[in-house]
Amino acid sequence: MTFYLKIFWLTLLLTAAGQTLALKLGEVAPAFTGPYLLAVEQGTEPSSAAEFDSATLSGQVVYVDFWASWCGPCRVSLPALNNIYQEFSAQGFNVVAINLNRDKNDALEFLNERPVVYPVIYDVQGQLPEVFGVKGMPTAFLLDREGRVRHIHEGFRPGEEVKLRELIAQLIKEP
Amino acid sequence: MKRIATAALVISAAALLQACGITEVKPWERDYLARPEMAWSPDAQTASQRGHVYFSKEASNGGASAGGGGCGCN
Repeated sequence: MTFYLKIFWLTLLLTAAGQTLALKLGEVAPAFTGPYLLAVEQGTEPSSAAEFDSATLSGQVVYVDFWASWCGPCRVSLPALNNIYQEFSAQGFNVVAINLNRDKNDALEFLNERPVVYPVIYDVQGQLPEVFGVKGMPTAFLLDREGRVRHIHEGFRPGEEVKLRELIAQLIKEP
Repeated sequence: MKRIATAALVISAAALLQACGITEVKPWERDYLARPEMAWSPDAQTASQRGHVYFSKEASNGGASAGGGGCGCN
């Protein structure tokens, strides 16, 4: 009897361990660090630190974008985001792109064709998408100045940057 | 008592089956699966053309699917 109950609790525990908790709207995004993708390969550091630290962006509106070179919609989203970043970066807006390619060279080739000026970090272990609860590719989390998730953008179709731009402009105006 | 043991066993079995989900491919792990060499057919255009020829030839039997067909006009 107790043997069966032991099996029961053990399996429940194992099943619960397989579940992931996704970040929801209004929740504070976790702090994270990661190696720069471009800095590592080109030997040039975009900032004084060797590793990106999300704490350096506190008090800013941040767009955390999970992408990979094999993801179709990312071909649309990265150039669009680059434009938005260049437009709003002076007003306290930042983009952090987290690359999830298995092969770093695939990502670098992609960025060579579609260059971006915002920081791109590399997460080969795939730990950050697990923490954020990414459900599809690409998925992005727009954080307000307090670090709360205000918008979750799944996928990316041409033209969606218009609405995104409005949302970002609105968040920048918030104190 | 026996009933509880049986119920615990059944629920454990069901939960164990669910635990198979641990092997699920996460959205960000589709890197290798998204490569061209992993596609069912190497050339989508050729596959589509072959499919059309097959469908036209077999139209009297319902083409590539089970229902319909008969006129051979597709």
